[in-house]
Amino acid sequence: MKVAVLRFPGTNCEFDTQYAFEKLGHETELVWHEETTIPQGVDLIVVPGGFSYGDYLRSGSIARFAPVMKAVKEYADNGGKVLGICNGFQILTEAGLLPGALKRNNNLHFISKHQKLCVVNNDNAFLNKCENGEVLNIPIAHADGNYYIDDESLAKMEENGQVLLRYSDAEGNRVVVNGSVTSIAGVCNETKNVFGLMPHPERALETILGSEDGIKMLQGFEA
Amino acid sequence: MKVIVNVFLKEGVLDPQGKAAHHALTSLGFEGVNDVRIGKQIVLDIDASDKAEAEAKVKEMSETLLANTVIEDYSIEIA
Repeated sequence: MKVAVLRFPGTNCEFDTQYAFEKLGHETELVWHEETTIPQGVDLIVVPGGFSYGDYLRSGSIARFAPVMKAVKEYADNGGKVLGICNGFQILTEAGLLPGALKRNNNLHFISKHQKLCVVNNDNAFLNKCENGEVLNIPIAHADGNYYIDDESLAKMEENGQVLLRYSDAEGNRVVVNGSVTSIAGVCNETKNVFGLMPHPERALETILGSEDGIKMLQGFEA
Repeated sequence: MKVIVNVFLKEGVLDPQGKAAHHALTSLGFEGVNDVRIGKQIVLDIDASDKAEAEAKVKEMSETLLANTVIEDYSIEIA
């Protein structure tokens, strides 16, 4: 598999993401935000975490207009798979590639810790290596991870299996971490080829770092 | 022409900063504060021949970049 990892001014998880996919045996390529095309033969685009353009105005709001995002949109519109992690998730919601928006955490804290997540729906490329109801341990590190969507849109997403991950305890019960609507941690678009989550699976690949549950997530895209 | 855009989280969308400030005001003994909302004020200096043109331009800017209309409302004041 060939993975393109985008890079904006302020991105800081591009090398972790690259390391993660290379560890899983894939070819990766960093793509600068000023590029207007995606390299040939890419099977997955990852919009990694960080603070694109310093998070000025709103997280992800300026990155959304970077030249490369036009190519990402075309890629996604043609059915290509796109994964947004943390700031990448924020960018994809700002770009309208994913529903909803991320706002400031309810407690206003920057939250950085390991967090249990419950798999809500595995019928998609991202989570097909996981079981529904399975609890994963993946680090989070964000200040603007409070997912918001109106009730009507949420009902449609639930019905269409677009709610993918929720913050939970070890038993899989929902917990409030940052104020997200129904504790949502990750979602996908209607056609299930664009994925976004606040936690960092690329930081959960080694037992010595506390968890290797991220491998299952990233391996899902191989199929 | 000077144009001011005020951006606030929509009514019904919890404003964590406003809530924190409300809580702090109450703790400091200020009574009768029913609600606090914290937003952003964006001041633009733009070229426009009249107020209508300025408003139309800034409306487009607001919808495109300055506000995220999924969670935020905005209002435009022309000084």
